[in-house]
Amino acid sequence: MTPLAGCLLLAALLFTIGLAGALMRRNAIMVLIGIELMLNAANLNFIAFWRYGPHPEALTGVLFAIFSIGVAAAEAAVGLALIISLYRHLKSANIDEVTSMHG
Amino acid sequence: MLFTIFAILTVAGAVAAFSLRNLIHSVLAITVAFAGLAVVYLLLGAQFIGLAQILVYVGAVVILIVFAVLLTKNSSTPAGPILSSSWLASGAIALAVFAVMAWAIHQSPASRIHTPTQPEATMQQIGSALMLRYALPLEIVGLLLTTALIGAVTIAVREQKEQR
Repeated sequence: MTPLAGCLLLAALLFTIGLAGALMRRNAIMVLIGIELMLNAANLNFIAFWRYGPHPEALTGVLFAIFSIGVAAAEAAVGLALIISLYRHLKSANIDEVTSMHG
Repeated sequence: MLFTIFAILTVAGAVAAFSLRNLIHSVLAITVAFAGLAVVYLLLGAQFIGLAQILVYVGAVVILIVFAVLLTKNSSTPAGPILSSSWLASGAIALAVFAVMAWAIHQSPASRIHTPTQPEATMQQIGSALMLRYALPLEIVGLLLTTALIGAVTIAVREQKEQR
């Protein structure tokens, strides 16, 4: 197995764990952690393709990963604010109980 | 070899995060996974991304998540089951997604590429690329972060005003 295939497999495994966690857990905070893990797996792919790709001097993968980390930080802040707002409404952070979009 | 060790550490941290019952323990486990991933970035030669990963994820995102856990009371140690009602179908979907991705990686000719030379990404190169070629995306990300943080504060604060 080449190093690139190893990196891609690790990213695929992390993405799957994040997806399974986001879909299977009941707590909304765990869903958000799962989404963060999936974003991290995508970042690992950017870095792996930059490292083993044909034109590493262009730095495309590294810069894409930088912007991706920035967007992920914004997403985490908004997501956690939504969870706190939801908790104030329902007195629970359990996604099974969120059955209506009406405030 | 070093890559394998830290890959296993990262995956173990991620698995532990989603199987532990206490939410604080989950957050600690996901911190291990984020830090392991930062070491993997350093091993791949992307120093700046590795350090940014430690600063942003281990430093900021984990702290935000801990705040959210502490602000939503009685969620840190749930009384009922920790899995959602549709966990069986969810697990099957996740396994199917992994099977498709592993098959694609195995089949792809790209995963047989060998590049022996380690590419360089010095701070100077990244800085000049950000300031010259990627100046517009950098400004947009800055605007996005400002908007998102103001939005987050607005969403989290609004409820209290209505209750008064």
